[in-house]
Amino acid sequence: MTDEVILQVKDLRTYFYLDAGVVKAVDGVSFDLHKGETLGIVGESGSGKSVTNLSIINLIQTPPGKITGGEIVFRGEDILKMSDKRLREIRGDRIAMIFQDPMSSLNPYLKISTQMIESIQLHQGLNKKDAKAKAVEMLKLAGIPGAEKRIDSYPHQFSGGMRQRVMIAMGLSCNPDILIADEPTSALDVTIQAQIIELMQDLTRRLGTAVIMITHSLGVVAGMCDTINVMYAGRIVEHGATNDIFYDTKHPYTQGLIKSVPRLDRDTDERLFSIEGQPPNVIDLPDCCPFYPRCHKVMDICRQKYPPLVPFNNGHCVSCWLYAQENADSLNPEDNKK
Amino acid sequence: MLEVQDLKMHFYMGHEGIIAGKKKYIYAVDGISFTLAKGETLGLVGESGCGKSTVVRAVSQLYKPTAGKVLLEGKDLTKMSRTEMFTARREMQLVFQDPYSSLDPRLTTAEIIAEPIQIYRKRGFLKMSDAEIDKQVEHLMELVGLSKFFKNRFPHEFSGGQRQRIGIARALALKPHLILADEPVSALDVSIQAQVLNLFKDIQKEMGLSYLFIAHDLAVIKYISDRIAVMYLGKIVETGDYKDLYANPLHPYTKALLSAVPIPDPDVERKRKRIILKGDVPSPDVQRPGCCFYDRCPDHKDCCRQSQPAFVQPKGASAGHKVACFLFTE
Repeated sequence: MTDEVILQVKDLRTYFYLDAGVVKAVDGVSFDLHKGETLGIVGESGSGKSVTNLSIINLIQTPPGKITGGEIVFRGEDILKMSDKRLREIRGDRIAMIFQDPMSSLNPYLKISTQMIESIQLHQGLNKKDAKAKAVEMLKLAGIPGAEKRIDSYPHQFSGGMRQRVMIAMGLSCNPDILIADEPTSALDVTIQAQIIELMQDLTRRLGTAVIMITHSLGVVAGMCDTINVMYAGRIVEHGATNDIFYDTKHPYTQGLIKSVPRLDRDTDERLFSIEGQPPNVIDLPDCCPFYPRCHKVMDICRQKYPPLVPFNNGHCVSCWLYAQENADSLNPEDNKK
Repeated sequence: MLEVQDLKMHFYMGHEGIIAGKKKYIYAVDGISFTLAKGETLGLVGESGCGKSTVVRAVSQLYKPTAGKVLLEGKDLTKMSRTEMFTARREMQLVFQDPYSSLDPRLTTAEIIAEPIQIYRKRGFLKMSDAEIDKQVEHLMELVGLSKFFKNRFPHEFSGGQRQRIGIARALALKPHLILADEPVSALDVSIQAQVLNLFKDIQKEMGLSYLFIAHDLAVIKYISDRIAVMYLGKIVETGDYKDLYANPLHPYTKALLSAVPIPDPDVERKRKRIILKGDVPSPDVQRPGCCFYDRCPDHKDCCRQSQPAFVQPKGASAGHKVACFLFTE
């Protein structure tokens, strides 16, 4: 990980306009991604993790969705203002994606070779023979035995773990700057998950790729991420280095999340901590802290205004009134909100 | 309470060849035995395709087992007539994985929870007035942490966690003694998963239930179970008390499985050594002469390929900690 920022997301807002109301799926998300960094985005279903990442490569379906505000600066260029042609050059080449379900993201009618060669030829200008050689090389790197033969198989001839390896090989074949992995291991068994995570870590480290890892598993982020964004109801509630998030947890939601996971390495007969209540209904959220109905440290102000982002050491920042009040003198919440 | 002896469940998959070819089977569950005491929770873990769910269905007689015995309070379920089965089912209820597809979308919450009672009342097994049923439904909803004002709502109006609570209330409606829970928390978010796991524990304490609890998440299984059975390819490879099994795993598969689970603690996670298994779980369409784990096992020996290891308690292991592996037999 270096200091060079390759992706900057500034105040991103992605709304979905439905008959029932406006869903603010992503509502003011900002973060930086450095070269070679592995950033984890954790949160529960509906917290806006996936929409954030689809917005980064401008893949939001319009209508009903719309990116209503913000900037996504990739190497000095705003992705949201790019022409379609320029976008196509970047997608798959500089920014690649891996999705949760490899079966539905590979074309079942086409051989793996056809699908891999297509993107390599398109982005790297190689002829078909060289592109195929490159594809075989990537499959070998991804640990597919007999890659020369297997490249001519169809997706259904692979198992789930193998398909995910193909996706990783495909994603990394153009040596992208950023790899966005949307729950890449959630559909896999633990032993296969361990294989895939090891492979991703190994390959991205070797190629110097920055990774945005979306997951709901705290165990996965603990093991592989440098920094973590915790999302709740479309906003980042806490951001920081992995150690700060786990050992110096500030936000009551993050605290609850970490405590509510049963741990394999602990012998306790105690009751599991649980966050009371249900995740918020994301339609027409009021402009206050969305976590207040479930928070055990709720204060009056939480019901009235959205908390500002309070910075701590080492890039660790938290959006919670608990800390905003302590810093009330040095920070003007109104300014920060903008 | 429940005793399963040498249970086998093979699915017929048609012939090989056109005229008189060999019959093909999927050997989903291939000879497993276990017991479940009153008030106890037995956790069944394993990866997808190892036969966990088939065990639940074969035990509850939703599938007719190919061979073996399922004794519920001493009576063999596999030999029962329909009416006998009807009475036996009262004792044994199921909770399913997917709270979206396991609730009838056209029934209200109260109707869903009361449905088992209605069925038994219609056939004369239960005598309850409508008012009593209504009271019972309210009581059940309270028990699982749902407000009784939600009685007339439909499943789509609830979140995943709340739906799973409805599913649990329905399973409790006939006051069973045994709950078979098939991955009841794997479709839920972390914070909701903790709520539902606590609910399972609370109900167990209150009603003295026994659980056969299935999950693929080893941490969840550890939290909820008293005893654990690890399955691989239709067989149980190791059983033991939850503490022994996690502190001192014996079977190479259990070791690999435990080491593969990510732990939500960065320091611990960075220091851990993983045993990464090669390859995938093989297809259960052949009956192997040797150990089911042979081709992925890091410590396999020659004898593993030829014959099946016995299920034994090795020397020095705690009581009830058994393993099927040649590393522990002479």
